[in-house]
Amino acid sequence: MFQIRIHGRGGQGVVTAAEMLSIAAFLEGKDAQAFPSFGSERMGAPVVAFCRISEKEIRSREPILNPDAVIIQDKTVIESARAFDGIVDNGFVLINSPADIETNLGNARVKCIGATEIALEQVGRPIPNAVLLGSFAALTGVIKIDSVIKAINTKFSGKIAEKNVKAAQVAYERTLGEV
Amino acid sequence: MLYQLEGSQAVARAIALCRPEVVCAYPITPQTHIVEGVGELVRNGQLKNCQYLNVESEMGAISVAIGSEAAGVRSYTATSSQGLLYMMEAVYNASGLELPIVMTLGNRAIGSPLNIWNDHTDAMSARDAGWLMMFAENNQEAADLHIQAFKIAETLKCPIMVCMDGFILTHAYEKVDLPEQEEVDEFLPPYKPAFSLDPESPCAIGAMVPTTEFMEVRYLAHLRQLEAKTVIERIGKEFGAKFKRNSGGLIRTYHTEGAETVIVAMGSVLGSIKDTVDDLNQTSGGNKYGVMSVVSYRPFPDEQIREALKNAKRVIVVEKAFALGRGGILSREIELALKGLDIEIITVVAGLGGRVITKTMLAEAFQQTKNKLIFLGLREDVIQQEYKTVLDERRA
Amino acid sequence: MSSLTMGNRFGQNTSVQSSSNRPNTLTSGHRACQGCGEGLAARCAIDAAYTAAKGKIAVVNATGCLEVVSCSFPDNSWNVPWIHSLFGNTAAVASGVAAAFKNKGQTDVRVIAQGGDGGTTDIGMGCLSGMFDRNDDVLYICYDNQAYMNTGVQRSSATPALARTATTMPNSQYNGSDPDTGKNVPDIAMAHGIPYVAVASVGNIHDLEHKVAKAINIRGAKYIQIHCPCPLGWGFPTAETIHIARLALKSGMYPLFEAENGVLVGSTPIEDRIPVEEYLRVQKRFAHLFGKNAAPENVGILQEIANRNIKKYRLGGMSDE
Repeated sequence: MFQIRIHGRGGQGVVTAAEMLSIAAFLEGKDAQAFPSFGSERMGAPVVAFCRISEKEIRSREPILNPDAVIIQDKTVIESARAFDGIVDNGFVLINSPADIETNLGNARVKCIGATEIALEQVGRPIPNAVLLGSFAALTGVIKIDSVIKAINTKFSGKIAEKNVKAAQVAYERTLGEV
Repeated sequence: MLYQLEGSQAVARAIALCRPEVVCAYPITPQTHIVEGVGELVRNGQLKNCQYLNVESEMGAISVAIGSEAAGVRSYTATSSQGLLYMMEAVYNASGLELPIVMTLGNRAIGSPLNIWNDHTDAMSARDAGWLMMFAENNQEAADLHIQAFKIAETLKCPIMVCMDGFILTHAYEKVDLPEQEEVDEFLPPYKPAFSLDPESPCAIGAMVPTTEFMEVRYLAHLRQLEAKTVIERIGKEFGAKFKRNSGGLIRTYHTEGAETVIVAMGSVLGSIKDTVDDLNQTSGGNKYGVMSVVSYRPFPDEQIREALKNAKRVIVVEKAFALGRGGILSREIELALKGLDIEIITVVAGLGGRVITKTMLAEAFQQTKNKLIFLGLREDVIQQEYKTVLDERRA
Repeated sequence: MSSLTMGNRFGQNTSVQSSSNRPNTLTSGHRACQGCGEGLAARCAIDAAYTAAKGKIAVVNATGCLEVVSCSFPDNSWNVPWIHSLFGNTAAVASGVAAAFKNKGQTDVRVIAQGGDGGTTDIGMGCLSGMFDRNDDVLYICYDNQAYMNTGVQRSSATPALARTATTMPNSQYNGSDPDTGKNVPDIAMAHGIPYVAVASVGNIHDLEHKVAKAINIRGAKYIQIHCPCPLGWGFPTAETIHIARLALKSGMYPLFEAENGVLVGSTPIEDRIPVEEYLRVQKRFAHLFGKNAAPENVGILQEIANRNIKKYRLGGMSDE
């Protein structure tokens, strides 16, 4: 089983990111579970969402305490949300940040990418979720970029979908090149 | 066909497949996504021939369903927690009038204190109202149970509540296999009411019943609950034969053969419980632990439960409700079903108000032998401190 | 029955009630009190509705006097499809019934919700407002006997100022129901902008039947409130129900009018107007206003209400009060 925990703030599409991740995995024939941390998700408040991906039926529903990967959509919540707590040895960390960030996470595989910037460029909105999923696909190989694209198209339509797909692809290519 | 859907959307689509003619909606977290989903299916034409009413309260919602069901059409609504309590006299009214309404209960705690997260207190408040009540273990079962529910309710002329854990199931994205419309139509024929408001054949529904007949009416309703066990089991099997899935029925067992300790629970926590039990059995290298799911809570399947648990030494009931000052609620009913058998019964109260339940916490609770009543994850330090304040205030 | 007076030329304007073929939708054998205003109003209203709808009606009844006296197992006095659910949800149940018939394509079936003032103005207000909001195709009839009669004459928000009820008993300090309280449900209905609102009385059965028949043919939410004197609750001889109702009309205490989409479109002018005191003196529920310690300004409060009604609903015709 591969467990992903996504941190961010309300309004940034954290929950949608987890859902799209689960849809991408589902499209590849896997079992996937996605759910939010059920706080009051007001705009700007810290939000956590979870996604589990497995070849077998997923039965447990506890919050993800030992993530294989952590995605940070908003770096300002890292400390207060204790975003890296419990991450497995050699786990993945993907941070929405144009500049590299010091994480002190030992042998974690950390990648920083300016997802908000790419989103603004490609989509015209500062919502980094689809972008980060593109990067995630390249970073971890857990899901394919084609699945990410299909998942984006289930959640969005028209021009917004097209642009988010483009943005995800840009992130994917860039991360692939750098990993 | 397989879909990756939010639980509430899976239920909305399952409801649509059952062709309800009247759906009424009043928002309350965490079921709101369900009625929103059904509303959208009506508006985009996927659910045809259905009147969708936005009502003014939960009392309005259930009452609209009472009216439409009495006029002879299949009707549906959904609620949670406070909403269920707000409509409670109508809940009793619906079962007394023998109207086969299907209602989703997105399980949520009851205030005060205000709490929007999951537990089973709301379901417990309705357990003697004469409704049938079934609990879904996951979103697949949540969808399946609604399809079975219309058939069960209409066969028995009894309303039914399908319980699914708020947020944990309603807001979780999972893989769900939804049947095709033709398959559901074959399984669930159009509703044929035994009586209805019909100008061609007038009747009076809802007479006052005096002292001389009331007990008999109640007793007949009691017999209906007992009969429901057979009907639920049969329709569960029919569903399984047609859709090739083990959903519904009265109870389900998991590794209970030869298990020394059997964990009993209802709803989504069973998933985590099964994982925990697998881990414990693996480390202990045997089949020490088993799990029994109570799927049908009303009617309460005493005989089936007794049969499934009779060889266990210990039964641990994990429940998401609690009778203040008394103890577990489900636990007492399990105890009654096992009366006379030499089985230790332990109550683990878990998840009240949405408190997190982890496999680690469960494993610890399953293995401890000292206490008969545990509150999972209770913060003892907070209790000590607060209770000291209470005692100090009394002394002063 | 026709009248041989004037060569039977009045035959055209006879009421449904006076016909030997009247439907008797509420048939004999129910247990209403002798002289019950509500029982009379219900029979008249539902017979008129049945006739106007050519027999295709369904009735939803609130808990209360009417429901209790007319349908107590094993007896049922209703010759029409009828359901009783609860006290406060009648309008919502009716909304559901209407939705069902609509979905079945049976738009010729007319749905009627009915209840007393308690079940309408107080506990039923939420569901009533919801039905108005949705403009559901329901005619709601409120039988206004101005108190919770079934439970022993307690005050409702329809109880008139200064009336005695079991919960507003007058004494040396207290004069009955507080004049600064109360609800005007026809006004509330008009404020919802529904297609039709009307006030009627058992003191004018032609008018009552006419309004019900008119409402039956209107699509959308309708509200008719009918004044129903209660001999037991108000304290007058059981033979005088209609007489008392007519005194209310003549004094201006119960204005008869119609409104469409929130606008007053007509009212029944008062002929031979009487002072309110004439209406009050013959009811024991107002007896305390006339005792030796009664303060005369009390009657004036009620006279003021009557005056305002006459002005507001234009019951005075051309003349002024």
